[in-house]
Amino acid sequence: LTIVERATDRPPDRRPTHELTLVEAVNDCLHVELARDPSVLVMGEDVGRAGGVFRATAGLREVFGPDRCVDTPLAEAGILGTAVGLCMAGWRPVCEMQYDAFSYPCLDQLITHVGRYRWRTRGAMDFPITIRMPYGGGVRAPELHDDSPEAYYVHTPGIKVLVPSTPADAKGLLAAAIRDQDPVVVLEPKLVYRTVRGPVPDGEHVVPLGRARVVREGSHVTLVAYGAMVAVAEEAARRLDASAEVLDVRTLKPLDEEALLASVAKTGRAVIVQEAPRTCGYGAELAAVLAEKAILDLRAPVLRVTGYDVPYPYWAIEDLYMPSVPRVLDACRTVLSYA
Amino acid sequence: MQRCMDDLRRVLDQAGRPPGLDDDGLLELHRRMILLRTFDERSIVYHRQGRIGTYAIFWGHEAIQAGATFPLAEGDWIFPSYREAAIGLVRGMPPSTVISWWRGHPAGWWNPAEWRVASIAVPIATQVPHAAGLAWGLRLRGVAGCAVVFFGDGATSEGAFHEGANFAAVMDAPLVLVCNNNHWAISTPVEAQTRAATLADKAAGYGMPAVRVDGTDVLAVYEAVRGAAERARAGGGPTFVECVHYRVAPHATADDPRAYIDLERVERERERECVGRFEAYLRRRGLLDDDRAEAVRADAQQRMRDGIAAAEAEPDADARLLFEPALAAPPPSFEHDLADLRRVLAAEAR
Repeated sequence: LTIVERATDRPPDRRPTHELTLVEAVNDCLHVELARDPSVLVMGEDVGRAGGVFRATAGLREVFGPDRCVDTPLAEAGILGTAVGLCMAGWRPVCEMQYDAFSYPCLDQLITHVGRYRWRTRGAMDFPITIRMPYGGGVRAPELHDDSPEAYYVHTPGIKVLVPSTPADAKGLLAAAIRDQDPVVVLEPKLVYRTVRGPVPDGEHVVPLGRARVVREGSHVTLVAYGAMVAVAEEAARRLDASAEVLDVRTLKPLDEEALLASVAKTGRAVIVQEAPRTCGYGAELAAVLAEKAILDLRAPVLRVTGYDVPYPYWAIEDLYMPSVPRVLDACRTVLSYA
Repeated sequence: MQRCMDDLRRVLDQAGRPPGLDDDGLLELHRRMILLRTFDERSIVYHRQGRIGTYAIFWGHEAIQAGATFPLAEGDWIFPSYREAAIGLVRGMPPSTVISWWRGHPAGWWNPAEWRVASIAVPIATQVPHAAGLAWGLRLRGVAGCAVVFFGDGATSEGAFHEGANFAAVMDAPLVLVCNNNHWAISTPVEAQTRAATLADKAAGYGMPAVRVDGTDVLAVYEAVRGAAERARAGGGPTFVECVHYRVAPHATADDPRAYIDLERVERERERECVGRFEAYLRRRGLLDDDRAEAVRADAQQRMRDGIAAAEAEPDADARLLFEPALAAPPPSFEHDLADLRRVLAAEAR
């Protein structure tokens, strides 16, 4: 339960790396984890023959066979419901939900069973299910291909939630999820699936749960973000005429409170960026933690830059909905206006 | 594809006994039915005495529960709905465990792997995909075995039933889907659930064979599930078994069916209830007399007396049980929350 090392003070990884996109890193991870553990299987819609609509599962069926990379019937609640039973038979299912907003039917199983089953067996049975899905907006897609549903998942007891923002974290966090004994939801920001390339360690690579990543150090304001919003926060930090620290939350649950509080203790100001709608979003939880535990460190109100409390818009106006660099800069200037 | 049968299958009138059941088997089947019947009747009393909470009555369902589980091997799995809450008793689970469940106490949270009995599914039909996944998973591992999943007539209207049945068929899962068609989903009759002529007809849509049996005839249920389980283990995939009967007791202790049920029909149906029918059969075969019937009942009643005593002797649940079972690798916040709760409780106690 104690944090023995911080992600930022680990020695640089000297293992060989490849430059991969985020979705290539996901694919790399699945190949490594299926080879490592014969009880891991991948299941979902179009994950086998097609290799996934984003190619995240490409090549798995050829290497590991149709029983370990399973094209399922088109039924999200059925995918997650049968995954519960597969765990009881000793499997570690990795379920792909094809899109964020198509995952909602699986909430029935997630809320009523996946998050509760271990508890109702008094801890006797583990349900090591991984649920991964492309998530988030900004990709000029049709309706219901753009949602940020993290709050539904984070709010469900018994579930852990991870959001990588870099290719290396996409591999390392997914590996951690697959190896974890508890159910884990991994939300992969599809906006940066192919727009970002980065070094990814070859072979086994695991990023421990519960540790945030300091993307950029600064002293006047902390920008807290995750997923595709990390890049927006970074760009805002570059343009800001003050010193901004950028914190990538990475694991929404369990949250690395220590990293959040340490950063805000240093800067005294926080701006939280999330693309999901504002009300009861994950940013509200971050703000509540700061209110409870950092109030005396704060020099200004905590501000949120979020999507609006409206349905995710059709794509001709989606840029107006998404948190933008100017909106983040505006919030930064507001908090910096307090002495 | 096997057609579902037009009429209810009955084996009671056949000359020979069902395959695989010798005299000892018939008497063990009787013992299990009495165990279940006694559990149910005593639980209603315990509820009235305030010793257990709201309770889902299964009086009249014993033939389905005992009959459908009797063909199973020890390693086969059972997925109950709340109507089959006491199904673990047929595997030797202590009555105190199930009584504790109805008392809302952690002593009732059993380990499914220990009994091959899944946790009681309180929401409707959501256990069907679990059973399909487990059975599929057994097949993938090359384990010889199968699963039986119980659900009611109302459950066939749920999406979870459809997705679970379809997955089971597509994955050739060794699963027997046992539909307890007691005609009522609380107050809604089966005619208001579907336009299908029978629930067994639905199986055709999954490419799955189906059988309809008289749910008050324990031998008919046994024989249908025995055949289905054999087929499942041999790689033949799932089977839908519709057990048709009529609910003669309230849905649960909180329900008053007089508002919606035909009380004259209830009286008629009670006359052919499953335990009485099976006992008449056993007596005709010379296997049961008054002494034996009394001894079986007395044993079951003693088990229940012991069960409620053990359940009531359980110590109060410790606060750590709020947190401990939730996650294999819990977050630091659990420790803080538990310490905080203990501190407040201790201060309050002073």
